Amino acid sequence: MSLKKLLIPATAIPIVALLAYGLTRDPNMIESPLPGHEAFDFTSATLDGDTLSLADLRGKVVVINFWASWCIACIDEHQVFVEAERYYAGQDFQMLGVVYQDTPENARRWMARRGGNWPSVIDPSSRIAIDYGVYGVPETYFIDKGGWIQHKQIGPVNTLLMRDLVDRLLAESPGTEVTSTGALEGGVPTGRSAGHTGDAAGQAAGSDTQEGQP
Amino acid sequence: MATRITLFLLLLAVSPAVEGSGFAFAQETQEAAATMPAEDPELEAQVRRIAAKLRCPTCRALSVQDSPSGMAQEMRSLIREQLLAGKTPAEVEAYFVERYGEWILLEPKAEGFNWAVWLLPVFLLLGGLAFVLITARRWVREGQARAAALVKEGQEGEL
Repeated sequence: MSLKKLLIPATAIPIVALLAYGLTRDPNMIESPLPGHEAFDFTSATLDGDTLSLADLRGKVVVINFWASWCIACIDEHQVFVEAERYYAGQDFQMLGVVYQDTPENARRWMARRGGNWPSVIDPSSRIAIDYGVYGVPETYFIDKGGWIQHKQIGPVNTLLMRDLVDRLLAESPGTEVTSTGALEGGVPTGRSAGHTGDAAGQAAGSDTQEGQP
Repeated sequence: MATRITLFLLLLAVSPAVEGSGFAFAQETQEAAATMPAEDPELEAQVRRIAAKLRCPTCRALSVQDSPSGMAQEMRSLIREQLLAGKTPAEVEAYFVERYGEWILLEPKAEGFNWAVWLLPVFLLLGGLAFVLITARRWVREGQARAAALVKEGQEGEL
């Protein structure tokens, strides 16, 4: 076979392979470096006028949800959190909202209309959102009792994912790692070893994982 | 025509309501920006340089410097704050990479697999140039051979 005949497939095959590989990937799924990282502490005013510090919740499984009253996808998942608050009442579980790019008045009205008794902190300069590498809303972080971020969910959380992760985190002692598939492993989480958004846990749980939109 | 004018007026009337809380929020942010101290040109240039390297998380296609979104605006403020607090530009970039991953960098770091992004275009360009050169030389050679053949056959008029 002549060099000319070889040159065309030798050039075309890698390009087609690269494009085919690209088609198998969701461009909206961005790997987060945060799971496995210690949760960033913050202290901020709540919608009720109190002051809340994340450090005060150490020892509890904390689910931090970034939301806004203008976020349509936040409506879908809100009921999941209302149910979770009821389901895990009396356990070491704390739901916590962070109001993203919104006014406290709108956020208060939204909570009053849709229910839920958990605190939501105001993030007027988006410092908490930036600290947590938020792309948009809704985004939810699952923090274990030891204060480590175990999972980041981009897009709405569903009941199966919520129960799966919270049950596992409640069952474990502080400092146990949740992998990308949501399975628990022993040892103290370090670095970027743990799972990320859009991983198998979300998909297996039938979560409509998607990129949050502002 | 009258219908178009009515529609235009209707859109004008409705647009502030559609903007809703986003408008109020933008207004608050603008008011906050207006109360900021006078700009330090050197610091602002440094902020712009760093912001131009970072991808806006909400716009994706724009840099933090170019994006008009509220999030990008806050990120620029944070860059300014961190520089004022004594952090180096590299430390500020590292802060964002730690939170968002390398995705936040508009230009991937030249290391590991990322080298492919930097080297592939160079290889493709060199390959393309080589292809054009080889083809052009072959065409010239073939043309010369054809001309020589025609001269040999006494058919110069065909040239």
